[in-house]
Amino acid sequence: MSADLAQNDRASPLERMAVNAILVIAVIYALYPVLWVISLAFSKGGTPELRALPIPRYRDLSLDNFRLVTGWGDPARSWLFVRQLGNSLIVSLATAAGAILIATPTAYALARHEFVGKSAGLRTLLLTQMFPGVASAVPLYLILDALHLLDTRTGLVLVYAATAVPFAIFQLRGAFLAIPVDLEEAAMVDGATRTQAFLKVALPAARPAIAVTALFAFMSAWNEFILAATLLGRESAFTLPVVLQSYVGEYNTSWGAFAAGAILVSVPVMALFYVAQRQLVSGLTSGGVKG
Amino acid sequence: MRALAVLVALVLTLVTLPGCGEPPRGVVIWHPYRGGEQKALEQLAARFEAERHVPVTILAIPYEAYLSKLEAAIPRGNGPDLFLGPHNRLGEYLLHGLVAPAGDAFPEADVAIYEPQTVAAVTTEGQRWAVPLASKCIALYVNTDLVATPPRTLGEIAAKKASLPKGTWPLVYEAQSVYFHAAILHAYGGTLFANETFAMVGPAAERSLDEARELTKQGIVPQEPSGDLVRQLFASGSAATAISGPWLAGDLENGRVHYEVVPLPTIEGAGAMRPYLTVEGAFLTREGAEQPEARAFARMLGTEAAARERAETGQQVVATRSFWTTEASRAPALKILRAFHEASNDAIPMPVSFAMNPVWVPAEDALKKVIRGEETAKVALDEAKAFYVDVMRPPPPSPSPAPLIIVLGLVLLAGAYYALRRARAPGFRRELRASKPAYKYVVHSVLTILVLVVFPLLAGAATSFFAGTRDHPQFVGLSNYWEILSVRGKPFTEYLSHGSFYLTLLVTVLWTVVNVVAHVGLGLVLGIMLARPFLRLRAFYRVLLILPWAVPSYVTALAWKGMFHRQFGAVNAILVALGAEPVSWFAKFSTAFTANVATNVWLGFPFMMVVVMGALTSIPKDVLEAAEVDGATRWQTFRLVTLPLLRPTLLPAVVLGSVWTFNMFNVVYLVSGGEPNGKTDILVSEAYRWAFARNAQFGYAAAYAVIIFGLLALMTRVLGTIGKGEEAKPS
Repeated sequence: MSADLAQNDRASPLERMAVNAILVIAVIYALYPVLWVISLAFSKGGTPELRALPIPRYRDLSLDNFRLVTGWGDPARSWLFVRQLGNSLIVSLATAAGAILIATPTAYALARHEFVGKSAGLRTLLLTQMFPGVASAVPLYLILDALHLLDTRTGLVLVYAATAVPFAIFQLRGAFLAIPVDLEEAAMVDGATRTQAFLKVALPAARPAIAVTALFAFMSAWNEFILAATLLGRESAFTLPVVLQSYVGEYNTSWGAFAAGAILVSVPVMALFYVAQRQLVSGLTSGGVKG
Repeated sequence: MRALAVLVALVLTLVTLPGCGEPPRGVVIWHPYRGGEQKALEQLAARFEAERHVPVTILAIPYEAYLSKLEAAIPRGNGPDLFLGPHNRLGEYLLHGLVAPAGDAFPEADVAIYEPQTVAAVTTEGQRWAVPLASKCIALYVNTDLVATPPRTLGEIAAKKASLPKGTWPLVYEAQSVYFHAAILHAYGGTLFANETFAMVGPAAERSLDEARELTKQGIVPQEPSGDLVRQLFASGSAATAISGPWLAGDLENGRVHYEVVPLPTIEGAGAMRPYLTVEGAFLTREGAEQPEARAFARMLGTEAAARERAETGQQVVATRSFWTTEASRAPALKILRAFHEASNDAIPMPVSFAMNPVWVPAEDALKKVIRGEETAKVALDEAKAFYVDVMRPPPPSPSPAPLIIVLGLVLLAGAYYALRRARAPGFRRELRASKPAYKYVVHSVLTILVLVVFPLLAGAATSFFAGTRDHPQFVGLSNYWEILSVRGKPFTEYLSHGSFYLTLLVTVLWTVVNVVAHVGLGLVLGIMLARPFLRLRAFYRVLLILPWAVPSYVTALAWKGMFHRQFGAVNAILVALGAEPVSWFAKFSTAFTANVATNVWLGFPFMMVVVMGALTSIPKDVLEAAEVDGATRWQTFRLVTLPLLRPTLLPAVVLGSVWTFNMFNVVYLVSGGEPNGKTDILVSEAYRWAFARNAQFGYAAAYAVIIFGLLALMTRVLGTIGKGEEAKPS
C-alpha cells in the first residue's frame, strides 16, 4: 500500500465531502481551459469564440478538424500522420528510456558513494539548469552536424535525453536517499556485490520515482517542436508537435486544427499516465521495508 | 525490472535504426505554407518533376521555427535551394548571408511580367533577390446584409453606429497592431520608418494615433481587438465592416455572412488609408543559385500558368500581372482575390531594411498607451522614438581585451589553485582510488552532459562578449554586462524606472516566489488528498488533474489569454455575473501579472502533484502508524513525519522548479506578452527581446543569460544554506 495516512480509514463523512469538493474544484480549474480547446476542436471552422461556457453549438459540431489533421480520406496523408505519430512515440519513449538509463546509475552513485568531485558534479548539474537557452538551437545544430547525427531520430533523442538527464539525476538521487540503506547492506552481507545490491534491491525500491522521472522525460520530448523542426529535415521524420505547430501561421492560425491536433497529442499522454499511476501507488510493499 | 529491459532493448534498436541518409538532391524547397498554398506548391512541383525529370523535395516548416532553421542550416550548407518567405525579411536574409541574387530566375526580360510594386519590393542594392509570387495586404470587408453600399470614408462607417442593431460593431480591426494602424498613419501622410530610423513622430503620426483612440473611445471599434476576435465578430455577423487580409476570407467560407471586399476607405480631412504591402517571394540560396534546375523552378513559379494554379488552389493574390487580364481571373471564385489585387495597387511595400524590425514593439506600445488614454500621442511617440534610438545605439568601439582576459584569468587561476590544493591534500590519492568504482556509474552522464548541455551553454556565454549579429560579431569585452547593470547609462535615480534591469529583476523574483509557492502548495494538497484511501474516483481525479500538463501549452496558454479578454473573456463574464465591474486585465501591471500567474500555476501544479504522489509512496506506512499510536494529531504527523520524509524527493523539484519558473518565457510571452508596456516582462523575456525583436543582438541577450545564471546560482546557494540550517534543527 502507499503512504495512505493511517487515520484516513476512519475519515468522517464531512471530511470525505470536503476532500471531494476540493478535488472537484481543482478538476474544474484544470478542465475549464481544456474544455475550450475541446470545443474548438469539435466546432466547424474552428474559430475561437470568447464565450463564458466553452461548449460548441449543436449546429457547429463537426469532426472536420480531426479529418484535416489526420488526413482522413487521403491515404498518403493519413499514412504520413501515422508515421509522424510513430516518430513522436519512438522519440519520446527513447528519450525517457535514455534519460533513465543515463541518470539512474549516476543518481545511485551520487546517493550512496563518496567520491572525489561529487559535490562539484552536483553543483555543475544544478548550474546547467540555470542558463536560459535563449539561442542554444544553433550550437546544438553544430554539434549534431559534427557528429553526423543531424536529421536523425538518434540525434534528436540524444539532445532530448541530455536535456532531461540533470533533472532525472536529481529526482532519482532524492529517491535513492529516501530508501533506507539497510536493505542493500543486508543484501551485501548475504554476499551480493555492490552492483547486485543496486540492481536487485535499490532499483526495484525506486520504481515509483523511476516511473515519475520517465514520465517527465517523456513529456519534455513529447511537446517540443523548435529543436525537432530545426534538427530534422524531412516531413516523414517530423514529430507531431512540429506538424501541429505548422497550423500556426504568420497572419492567422487554424485554431480548430491546432486544437484537434492538441487533443490527439494529449490522448496518449493521458493513457500513459493512467497506466503509470499504478506504479505511482504500488510503492514499497514489494521492497519489504520495515522502518 | 522487465519494463526496464524492454526500454533498454528499445533504445538499442532505435540507435541502430538506419539513419535518414542523404535526401535525393535535385531541387529542395522549404516553405512555411499550409492548406491550399501548400497544395498548389506541391502540384506545381509534381508537374515540374514530370516535365524535367528532376526530383523536387518540398518541406513545410512551422512558421515559428522557420527563420531559426534557415539561419542554422543555410550557412552550413544544409539548407534548401529555394525557400519562400515575405520580402520584408530580406534585410535579415542578406545580413545572415542566406540568399543569392535571383540571376536568370528573374532576368531583366521578366520585369514586365510582374506588378511593378512587387518588383520594387524584392529589389534592393540594385539587385533582384527573389521571384515575386504573391502580394499580401489588408482591405475592407463589408457585410452586405448590414451595409448596402460599401462605405467610401471612415466617417461613413462611423455614422453607421446609430443605425446598426445593438451589439453590432461598425468596424472591427486590430486597432492595437501597428501593422494595421500603418494604414491610418499613411492616410495622414505619416510613415513608420524613414532614413533608416523610427519615423512615427510629428503631427501626422500624432493625428493618426488620436484617430485610433477616437475609434475605440466612441465605440466604433471594440476594445482589445485581437485577430481572432475580428474573425469571430465578422464571421458571426456582429460587425458591419472589418479590416483584414485575404486570410479572413478562408474563415468565412461557410457562407453565413454575405460580404464583399473593397479597398480601404479614405479619412475625411486626411487621405486614403494605404496599407503595407508584403510580397511573398521565392529566394535562392547560394547553392540554389548555382543550380540551373533550382533557378528554372523559381522562374516557373512566376509564370502565368503557375500563377493561375497558385491563385485557384492556393488563393494567392499572385504578383504575375498578366494573370489578372485572363478570363480565368474573372471567375466568381476569385472575386475576393481580385478585390485584394486591386487593393494592393495602392499599398506601400514594407521597407526591407534590417533596422525596421525593432520599430514594431515601441510603436505598438505607444499606440496602446494612446488608445488606453494613458499618455498624449506626442509624449508616447517621443518615448517610443527615444526607446528605438537607445536600442539601436551602435556598439562601443572594440576595447582592449585586457580586462576580460584578467577577469577570466583570475577565475581560471582560482580554479587551478583550488584543484591543486585539493590534489596536494593528504590522502587524496587514496580517495581517488577509492572513487574508482563510483566513476563507473557516472562517466557516461558526465560525457553526455558535457557535450550536449555544457558545451552549448559555454558557446552561448562566449557570445556575450560580442555585439552585433551572430554573423558579424564585434568584440566589445564586458560592455554588454556594463550596459545592462548600469541600466544603459541612466542616472542612479532611474535605476528602478520602467524597463530597467533592476525593476525587471524585482518582477522576476516576485513572479518566481508566487508561482513556486502556489505550485508546491497546490501540489502538496492535491497529492496528499489523492492518496486518501476512501476516494472512490481516485484514478479519475488523477487523470483529469494532469490534463493541464498533457495538453500542449501553446494552445492552452492562448485559451487563458482569451479568458482574460476585456469584453469577451470568461473571467470578466463571471465577474459581471457576480455583480462586479469588468476588468481590463492587460492594462495594469497587477492584473496582467495575476493573469500570467493564474496561467502558470495552472500549467505547473500537475508536475508538483505528480512529484508529491511519487514521493508519498516512499513513506513507509508503519512510520505513520507509529506516529498515530504515539497520539500525534494529523497536523503534527504531517509536519513532523510526512513533510520531513518528503523532503529529499521534493527539494530537488522545488529548487529546479524555482529555476525553471525564473526562466519561464512562454507563459509571459503568450499570455500578457509583457503588457502593459513591458511591465510584466521577466528577465528572460527581456533577453529574448534583445535576441529576436531588437535586431538579433545575441551578444546582449547572452549577457542577460549569463547574469540570470549568476543570480540563480547565488539564489540556490542561499536556499541551500537555509535548507541546511533547517536540517540541523532537531526534528
